[in-house]
Amino acid sequence: MPEPPHDITNEEVQDRPDRRDFLSRLGVGACAAAAVGSGVVTLDFLKPKVLFEPPTTFRAGDPSDYPEGTLRFNKEQKAYVIGRPGGVYALSAVCTHLGCITRFLSDQSIIACPCHGSRFDLEGNVVEGPAPRPLPWLEVAMDSSGLLIVDTAITVAHGKVFKA
Amino acid sequence: MTTLSLDSAFRRLRETDVYRSIVRHGAASTNRNRSLVVFENLFLHVHPVKVREKTLRFTHTYWLGGIALACALILTATGVLLMFYYHPSVPQAYRDMKELEFVVDNGLFLRNMHRWAAHLMVFATFLHMMRVFFHRAYRPPRQFNWVIGVVLLIVTLLLSYTGYLLPWDQLAFWGVSVGTSMAKEAPLVGEKSRFLLLGGNIVSENALLRFYVLHCVVLPVALVLMLSVHIWRVRKDGGVQGPPEESARREEVR
Repeated sequence: MPEPPHDITNEEVQDRPDRRDFLSRLGVGACAAAAVGSGVVTLDFLKPKVLFEPPTTFRAGDPSDYPEGTLRFNKEQKAYVIGRPGGVYALSAVCTHLGCITRFLSDQSIIACPCHGSRFDLEGNVVEGPAPRPLPWLEVAMDSSGLLIVDTAITVAHGKVFKA
Repeated sequence: MTTLSLDSAFRRLRETDVYRSIVRHGAASTNRNRSLVVFENLFLHVHPVKVREKTLRFTHTYWLGGIALACALILTATGVLLMFYYHPSVPQAYRDMKELEFVVDNGLFLRNMHRWAAHLMVFATFLHMMRVFFHRAYRPPRQFNWVIGVVLLIVTLLLSYTGYLLPWDQLAFWGVSVGTSMAKEAPLVGEKSRFLLLGGNIVSENALLRFYVLHCVVLPVALVLMLSVHIWRVRKDGGVQGPPEESARREEVR
């Protein structure tokens, strides 16, 4: 005699995913996706798309203005333009420690930071003090009229001298 | 005579319909009504109805949390007043600060009050945490409230730091230049977080506005929320804990 079909127990009902369960998961998932999405959109919103910052390039004059041993400081752009035999290179004047503006001490031929005493040689190497890295070398280029252009936003390899 | 008439005046006030609509229970003359004063008031209900007398003594907690809280209240009041004169724009911000100092009636007083209360709040918060640490009051069941306290310390320091830029003087400019250079050194997210914080690559008008919004809206809201939880949890965790009991100390020595 075949067994009569047994009634579905409570536990079996609970184990079986039903429509309500599916829909509530869908709802929670949708809310989570919306939360993540709005987070990403908000982060994107906080990134400015247009900046009204001063230009990062400046004209540094003619290459012949920089015989060996010449150092010129551009106060606006916080950069040194330095002449060496057969070329010119530019150094950032912003201390790599905490962003103060360094000064060139001509009597000692050294670049010094007034904030925490970091000192750099004329190639930007750290001589002493807490600065963790040498001063970055900046890109030097020449425009169509033969004048030097320095871009403080672009760093080049340490030791890359611009040869005119 | 005067006290008698004052007494009766207060009694009559308490019997008016308006007063009874605000405060449902009568005068705090019975233990039940004294409890209800605390229970039925939004601001007082975070506090326990009864506390042990010894927990109120100065040497029990040195009142350091209370001092920090008082500073927060002073800072909110004076800060809102300063906002009536301050424009977060360049170079107006610096001029407004000078105007507050030299032109506006009591402006110098309010600005200095804001400044000194800010210093004291950081100091009191540090001492408060040291007190809690040395009294072992961070231990269960208060471990979660210690975590909230650490968050409150961070919020306090961030408030102090964001306020530093707002005068837009040399100190502010270089303070924020240095601080955001520190942020830049963080691995992976350093450069990006500096850019987001400043709203650009340099400390500019964008940075001033961002620090202003953080200082006047975002961080104060965070502080009030966390502070409410913190004070409420003191009650929920069984009240303030002062120095460890004598017996516990002797146990420790052994």
